[in-house]
Amino acid sequence: MPDLTFEEPKAKVIHGTRDDWELVIGMEIHAQVSSRAKLFSGASTEFGAEPNSNVAFVDAAMPGMLPVINEFCVEQAVRTGLGLKAQINLNSAFDRKNYFYPDLPQGYQISQLYHPIVGEGEVIVWLGEGVARRVRIERIHLEQDAGKSIHDMDPEMSFVDLNRTGVALMEIVSRPDIRSPEEAAAYVTKLRQILRYLGTCDGNMQNGNLRADVNVSVCRPGAFERYRESGDFSHLGTRCEIKNMNSMRFIQQAIEFEARRQIAILEDGGTVVQETRLFDPDRGETRSMRSKEEAHDYRYFPCPDLLPLEIEQEWVDKIRDNLPELPDEKKARFMRDYGLKDYDATVLTADLDSAAYFEEVATGRDGKLAANWVINELFGRLNKEGLAIGESPVSAGQLGTIVDLIRKGEISGKIAKELFEIVWSEGGDPAEIVEARGMKQVTDTGAIEAAVDAVIAANPAQVEKAQDNPKLAGWFVGQVMKATGGKANPQAVNQIVRQKLGL
Amino acid sequence: MSIDKETARRVAHLARIRVEEERLGALADEFNAILAFVEQLNEVDVEGIEPMTAVHPMRLKRRQDEVTDGGYPEKILANAPDAREGFFAVPKVVE
Repeated sequence: MPDLTFEEPKAKVIHGTRDDWELVIGMEIHAQVSSRAKLFSGASTEFGAEPNSNVAFVDAAMPGMLPVINEFCVEQAVRTGLGLKAQINLNSAFDRKNYFYPDLPQGYQISQLYHPIVGEGEVIVWLGEGVARRVRIERIHLEQDAGKSIHDMDPEMSFVDLNRTGVALMEIVSRPDIRSPEEAAAYVTKLRQILRYLGTCDGNMQNGNLRADVNVSVCRPGAFERYRESGDFSHLGTRCEIKNMNSMRFIQQAIEFEARRQIAILEDGGTVVQETRLFDPDRGETRSMRSKEEAHDYRYFPCPDLLPLEIEQEWVDKIRDNLPELPDEKKARFMRDYGLKDYDATVLTADLDSAAYFEEVATGRDGKLAANWVINELFGRLNKEGLAIGESPVSAGQLGTIVDLIRKGEISGKIAKELFEIVWSEGGDPAEIVEARGMKQVTDTGAIEAAVDAVIAANPAQVEKAQDNPKLAGWFVGQVMKATGGKANPQAVNQIVRQKLGL
Repeated sequence: MSIDKETARRVAHLARIRVEEERLGALADEFNAILAFVEQLNEVDVEGIEPMTAVHPMRLKRRQDEVTDGGYPEKILANAPDAREGFFAVPKVVE
């Protein structure tokens, strides 16, 4: 288990015109299961296909078609639940959520209201060294995604594409434990990281594979603590739900705006109406989705097309035994095994590819030196070029060799950076490049002594000054380094310069 | 539980079934008759008995995660009242 202890931060306080207010935020994350086929049909889930080509008759709700569940999707929901240390329900069931919309041909969404497959779990959201928010997970259930409506292709008509209809979603519902817009974004980031480690959702927010509904309310200081003690929601303010956001920035902006809107209403003596709102990124504000209000009576009932979903404990245990190392565990191990600081370990475990790259560089080498090179040189350079770690022109093996050359004292840090540039643009074995281009650090004291002697002989005035003021010895070191093309070992040069100048 | 005219109107609207005003009263009465019939089940004592979901003990059928269907947009759109460029075309719906 990771030995990462933390304290929870105070809630963000917003100063109204009269009072202080605190934010209370709960989230529903819709994460698309990384399956090839849909939840209840054999149609493909591939993104960007021709309209209505990834649609089976089941998805189009043709009469007489029956849903058959994709076992892989069930497995991914269980895997996600285990990754969030949640309770797995061996018996769950599907319900119909009834509403009419053109992108929902069935007239209902198959979901799990009454008996979700995953129960209570938690996510630890790191906000700094030793500071984290424990966000309780209420449940995860499996459900169908809806299709896509396009409104801007024709002035009179909306166009509907059912390719996404019936794709499996995991809806991950949190308790209202999030206390600031920054925490909300950090929560989504952490959840996305865990899902990607587990491989159950690719986390691609741009394609809508990870979307968030955010419930926001405000309360006076102290009210939240009373809610936590009693479990009584009446201590909290009335919430509004902001639907369907797929950017961390929008999530934060929407919460900030919504909190201020509610505070303004309350300080004016008004009451907040519970409703669904939409965030408009162009205007930076949320607005009411009145049209959806009357549709809120979903008339849920058990789906008669599907038997209850019963899974076996042995199957769950097998999934548990095959869970990968999760982000917090990996971070703790990097700190322990490679002596990394919290920050470096956090950066290196942000995604699996970075972590794997680092481990290949660090294994059998100095972990801190490896971390330094991966984070500062490699990540810095990749960011500059807009490349992902998988597209790095410098392989982990090559970078490892560079680290070895530094460690063995064969090249100086300065030369190492030049070598990195050469490997980046030309490729090749770093050790061979050093050999072929004469980049080796000169540690041969005879050669260094000769270079020092030459510099001293050529600058008698400087020698006198340095003997009065020993700090000027550095100038000689610089001259010798220049004369040797940066290849002399700086410590050796320093020592010999001081010795020759009699300092 | 008793269904009044208002509830009948709302249920009809939620189901997107048009019911003429003069039919609502009769519809409410029919709902009430159906509910009263079903409510007789409450007379049976089911304390401590697990809900039965099927007569036979059956396991929910599962499918492998393989793409075995789709790829026929023309069939999907065949019954559509209006379709353009591979999409269903419907009267404008905007939030």
